[in-house]
Amino acid sequence: MRSLALRNSSSALYNNLAVLCPPARPPAFGAVHGTILSLLGSEGPPRQLQARGGGSALSTPLLTQAAWCELPARVLLVLTSQRGVQMYESDGSTMVFWHALDVPEHPAAHSVFARGISAAGGRFICVGTSFGAVLVFDIPPKGTNVTLNEVLEQHRDPITDIAAEQGQDGAGDLVTADDSGTLCLWSTGEEFTLLGQIPGSGCTCSSVTLWNGIVAAGYGNGQIRLWEAGSGRICAQVSAHARWIYALDLAPLTGKLLSGAEDSFVHVWKLSRNPDTDDIEIQHCHAECVTDTQVCGARFCDPAGDTFAVTGYDLSEILCYGPA
Amino acid sequence: MSARTLPLLFLNLGGEMLYILDQRLRAQSIPGEKARKDEWTDVDRKRVMNDIITTMFNKKFMEELFKPQDLYSKKALRTVYDRLAHASIMRLNQASMDKLYDLMTMAFKYQVLLCPRPRDVLLVTFNHLDAIKDFISDSPGILNQVDETFRQLIETYSCLSDGEFQLIRQTLLIFFQDMHIRVSLFLKDKVQNSNGHFVLPISGPVPWGTEVPGLIRIFNHKGVEVKRAEFTTAGNYFIPQREGSFELYGDRVLKLGTNMYSVTRPVETHMSGSSKTLASQAKENIAPNPLAKEELNFLARLLGGLDIQKPAGGDTGFRLNLFTTDEEEEHAAQTRPEELSYKVINIEATQEPGRRAELSRILGELEVAEPRPGSAEKGEDLLALMDGL
Repeated sequence: MRSLALRNSSSALYNNLAVLCPPARPPAFGAVHGTILSLLGSEGPPRQLQARGGGSALSTPLLTQAAWCELPARVLLVLTSQRGVQMYESDGSTMVFWHALDVPEHPAAHSVFARGISAAGGRFICVGTSFGAVLVFDIPPKGTNVTLNEVLEQHRDPITDIAAEQGQDGAGDLVTADDSGTLCLWSTGEEFTLLGQIPGSGCTCSSVTLWNGIVAAGYGNGQIRLWEAGSGRICAQVSAHARWIYALDLAPLTGKLLSGAEDSFVHVWKLSRNPDTDDIEIQHCHAECVTDTQVCGARFCDPAGDTFAVTGYDLSEILCYGPA
Repeated sequence: MSARTLPLLFLNLGGEMLYILDQRLRAQSIPGEKARKDEWTDVDRKRVMNDIITTMFNKKFMEELFKPQDLYSKKALRTVYDRLAHASIMRLNQASMDKLYDLMTMAFKYQVLLCPRPRDVLLVTFNHLDAIKDFISDSPGILNQVDETFRQLIETYSCLSDGEFQLIRQTLLIFFQDMHIRVSLFLKDKVQNSNGHFVLPISGPVPWGTEVPGLIRIFNHKGVEVKRAEFTTAGNYFIPQREGSFELYGDRVLKLGTNMYSVTRPVETHMSGSSKTLASQAKENIAPNPLAKEELNFLARLLGGLDIQKPAGGDTGFRLNLFTTDEEEEHAAQTRPEELSYKVINIEATQEPGRRAELSRILGELEVAEPRPGSAEKGEDLLALMDGL
């Protein structure tokens, strides 16, 4: 296990670790601390990006999440906050686009923020909001001419996470999750189509992944559930963690699944399809305990899932795990 | 991020403050007949507690508090507690006030971190309020005020979803981020490590509604369970017997938020000295003035609702020391690391004339209109108070 020092500790936010794995280069990392995103690049000194949009508000707004979105033509670094969406070139050097959310003059009882980021359909970046809406941005191959293509209004609760299909034979390209545990499956395109909805049971789904037609979702009660995207039926249920799950990630080459939670544990699982029954199965491979730490981010650092990195609340480092 | 965080933050920190003050007052009190004019007695203690609790649960103040709003900085909040702590005949030096605030914040940070479910922070709040009601059990007037606030809490928070409570919890954790002051009581009980981070046990009861980790269930096309498997980890969990009560009265089950101080266990804090994690705290302390303007607005509104009375007999009051000796308090004041200074907002020293006039007016309104009945003698003052009942 290796440790990379961060200038700031990580905040307790869902999916609070961004990783970019450029081919043949060491990965770059990003973790949110309050109003700042700490970046550890593969080249150059560590960088910090700040949330934008103070305006008449009290102070610099808080960031909720950051993620690199890999599209065929370019890679953008996206930040979401209480005020809106910021997009940068992948090294964080230049801001490409800024979208402001409609923030009421006086704070309403319901909080306003953007949260949930994913590249989709080879051309779009999707961002969720606390209103339940999903903003679909059309990204040009280069330049700053990003436009808001569509707003998907299906969820009624704040969006927690968004994931795009990884792997082939996807039944649906995108899955969106919210605070009530509701999952929506979409097919991407000039106009997105809702393919199906898996109703939530009141238990928050904080993190979601989509792979080969399988939705893997992590919940506030510590459960991981696997759903078949096409039919919306449940395939597996795991009592995985003793506390709220904060992060899930998937390695597309092998179907390995990573989960991190407030209970200090990070687990590695393996998804597979039973060749005889065609049932989707999951088995436990490995566990790590990050002592006295509530894990808030966990990501694989390579497509096969041989290495992964972890962040924790109040921890000023990124922990990297790999084969001995 | 959640606009509903402030009431929970304020009430729980206030609760911890009362636990600590009660413990220190008991530790320093002398039996009534033997006490000199400037020494604490039980009667004094009860009066201080009553005064602070009455001020804390003031109706106008609570109305302002419960309005949806973002959390303000540690500086602004610390100023409110400064005022609260001086709502009575008691006086605290800067060093004692600093130590009080350190203890309050580290205690509540610990409680928030260890809450099994985000919703359990409400049970922690109820534990504090239950104890506060005990402090003033023989004052029906104030008891009524506290019950009112209790009902408002139930009304505001009972209908919130788990997701919304998690957002509140995340907002609180951002507020407490990078605070690692070592508290001797926590170190002794092994709930805090020597680096200031709290111990997070991987054994014990799972949160209500969560299963003990270990089971994998596989379902077929028809939704029928066809396979079960188990996995083991280092954790050692069990299902709790029952859920805590969210009603006005009831067994909260959770122990977080109950009084952990007792007269025989004095509490010390250790300054952790310069370390990397203090860098971000230091940055917050030297925030530029434009931010302070919004905070001053907030303080003006909030303190405008506080009914603070000056003590009879001028400014002397009765000093409470959070340390064991005066020398210790003096030493603590001199050796407190710069990065950990709270730099309490000095309202009178604000640069903008318009703002200064506004605040002076509000502060002026807080002055007692007429002098208290009775003389400056402490004993006679109390008699006058009792006559008034």
